[in-house]
Amino acid sequence: MADDRSREGTETAVAEFHKKIKEAFEVFDHESNNTVDVREIGTIIRSLGCCPSEGELHDLIAEVEEEEPTGYIRFEKFLPVMTEVLLERRYRPIPEDILLRAFEVLDPAKHGFLSKEELIKYMTEEGEPFSQEEMEEMLSAAIDPESNSVHYKDYITMMVIDEN
Amino acid sequence: MGCGTSSSVKDKKSETALKAALVIQNWYRGRSAQLKTRQRYALTIFQSIEYADEQGQLQLSNFFSFMLENYTRVLEEDSELVTHLLGSNIQDKDRRDYLGLIDVPDSYCGPRLQFPLTFTDIDLLIEAFKQQQILHAYYVLEVLFETKKLLQRMPNFTHTKTSPSKEITICGDLHGKLDDLFLIYSKNGLPSVSNPYVFNGDFVDRGKNSMEILMILFVSFLVYPNDLHLNRGNHEDFMMNKRYGFTKEVLNKYKLHGKKILQILEDVYTWLPIGTIIDNEILVVHGGISESTDLNLLHRIERNKFKSVLMPPVPIDGDRATEKENKVGTTSTARGIRTNGSLSEQLTKHEWDQVIDILWSDPRGKRGCYPNTSRGGGCYFGPDITSRILNKYRLKMLIRSHECKPEGYEICHDGKVITVFSASNYYEEGSNRGAYIRVSSGTPPRFFQYQMTSATCLRPLYQRVNAVESSAIRMLKERMISRKTDLIRAFQLQDCSKSGKLSVGQWAFSMENVLGLSLPWRSLSSRLVTTDKDGNIDYMSSFQDIHIQKPVKEVQPTLIETVYRYRSDLQIIFNVIDSDHSGLISMEEFRSMWKLFTSYYSVCIDDSQLDELAERMDLNKDGSIDFNEFLKAFYVVHKFDKLNKSDTTVA
Repeated sequence: MADDRSREGTETAVAEFHKKIKEAFEVFDHESNNTVDVREIGTIIRSLGCCPSEGELHDLIAEVEEEEPTGYIRFEKFLPVMTEVLLERRYRPIPEDILLRAFEVLDPAKHGFLSKEELIKYMTEEGEPFSQEEMEEMLSAAIDPESNSVHYKDYITMMVIDEN
Repeated sequence: MGCGTSSSVKDKKSETALKAALVIQNWYRGRSAQLKTRQRYALTIFQSIEYADEQGQLQLSNFFSFMLENYTRVLEEDSELVTHLLGSNIQDKDRRDYLGLIDVPDSYCGPRLQFPLTFTDIDLLIEAFKQQQILHAYYVLEVLFETKKLLQRMPNFTHTKTSPSKEITICGDLHGKLDDLFLIYSKNGLPSVSNPYVFNGDFVDRGKNSMEILMILFVSFLVYPNDLHLNRGNHEDFMMNKRYGFTKEVLNKYKLHGKKILQILEDVYTWLPIGTIIDNEILVVHGGISESTDLNLLHRIERNKFKSVLMPPVPIDGDRATEKENKVGTTSTARGIRTNGSLSEQLTKHEWDQVIDILWSDPRGKRGCYPNTSRGGGCYFGPDITSRILNKYRLKMLIRSHECKPEGYEICHDGKVITVFSASNYYEEGSNRGAYIRVSSGTPPRFFQYQMTSATCLRPLYQRVNAVESSAIRMLKERMISRKTDLIRAFQLQDCSKSGKLSVGQWAFSMENVLGLSLPWRSLSSRLVTTDKDGNIDYMSSFQDIHIQKPVKEVQPTLIETVYRYRSDLQIIFNVIDSDHSGLISMEEFRSMWKLFTSYYSVCIDDSQLDELAERMDLNKDGSIDFNEFLKAFYVVHKFDKLNKSDTTVA
């Protein structure tokens, strides 16, 4: 009995995931032919609430690409892979406190802020570096123009509020 | 101590910094993607609603046919109405008479054009419009008369050639966005013999400077008739202008002579060429093509007979027509409706369909050719259709406009179809870029993008996205409120336990069915309804912070909703009945109109309710209704909103 119900529950969950994935996919399917440009896959996956790193994203793309990459990803290949990702709750987003701690690590002297240069250095030289466009975009929201620095606690709070 | 320890400490430090950087980058990219997606969703909302409106527009066209066939009494008595519905002919002698009557006072400090026009007049206009001056009606009319005269000499398709040293620039929809035209002229240079342009339709409607754009384009055309090419768009149509704002703009800016200007404009539109062909390789038309597109036919038809998308050829009863063709220039159609034109005043249905396809179609990835259901006219054409038609006429590429694209342009059908759209921030500040294309023979086209920014637009991405999104959601909610009764009924049908809750799937299903909009409902749900902790939707929650202002108490909500929902259609119908543009129609006209409307659209309204409403609207108590006031009285109130009046209607 319980098994039946839980199976039914999973089936409904899967059906709902399918619809959600389809919705997200369709918004980027400009030609309405069930394909999206591979360069938009990252955006689609992230819009579904997952936060893969760039490396993880590349692996995912490899899974959904054609054997001979065409530059387009077909929905038929994307759907099962993405459904698994959602069911397994993979690539969970970063909680706010971890994010704060990350900034604090980069600010060992505990100033409460990072200078513009410091932020640029870390974001474009460490980890999975930002492109110039990504860097500029982040700065436009994060920089306090008067002090030319990023008060990261305020920045995080602002971003989190906006999300909700 | 020792090197080993210090380097491992350093390693550990840089490893932690690496990890921290990764966390931040990961979070940022996730956030950025969500913003971009929300922006896309907002655009999808705007676009769906826009196309649904256009579909409504074309449904209106069928209604007019229906009206012509059934509204015999009014039509027989009021031949002026018929003339208006079937179009009228302006004789040239009108021009001298009319212009002679207009005086440009010495006190007028706006631009004064000198005929024959030269490039200095283009500069003059641009400078004047930058200072928000208004061109005097006298000059407007002169420009319109001259433009019509010149256009009449042009063929249906302009054929032009480029060379490696002489590129041609193609611009898409401008929709009254004067700043974008200024930007294009500034970035790309003014038109001239060595700098030719094609403007691919939809110069007017929606934006607030359609008149100024038209004047600059027409004057540019008059100065460089062989280098400035204008294609007709689906908005170069006097009926569309009634709904989408240009008519209103003209009547506001030109209180004295507006009606005359509109009358002449009706005619000028019909003489705009259907398309441009560059180097015998590139076809430039506003909308697209269909599987039956016949360029040879289109080269031959009398294009000026296509008055409006809302005036399809009236079905003529063949036998009776020949019988009754006794009076000069008069024909009887079935059921005894007299028309002021003859059979030859109309295009054939086939010819008319060909033009509609050119002005209204959209390319899609799916192969084949299908009726364009979201717009209600023209078709969706697939890559196979493109190949077939291009091959048939030995062309290489189709450049078209008609659809707003986030980047201002889009390439599809394997590089054979390019969409170019030149109105940046079309739906809302931050919604999209504009673009133009430069082509010359033998080289691939070059794309130029831009986005008009105001001071506020130099905001960070998340603020811009918030603005676009709230505008879109607002529009969507107004749509919902106009179908409130139907929505609630659909929800309740699924809510067997009467709990007030539905699953996301059930809610999405009803929303899509009732509203007829294909949107990502699951992703939008958080912005439209409240969800409980089990993930179920409280479907009544959308209606809590928004309602339609009741102009009069004791009137049924259904009536309010219906008038609100169809207010744009009603606006057009009233405008058509009000042939002298006085803003007033008689109570009797109102009632008859309403009866026809409700029967055609299958709307169930109690007659007595409507009578009561009409009585109260007759403020002067003189038996006439100011319909603009009538329609304005139905507006949506957003409870938690600074703006109380809904101004997101399409005009």
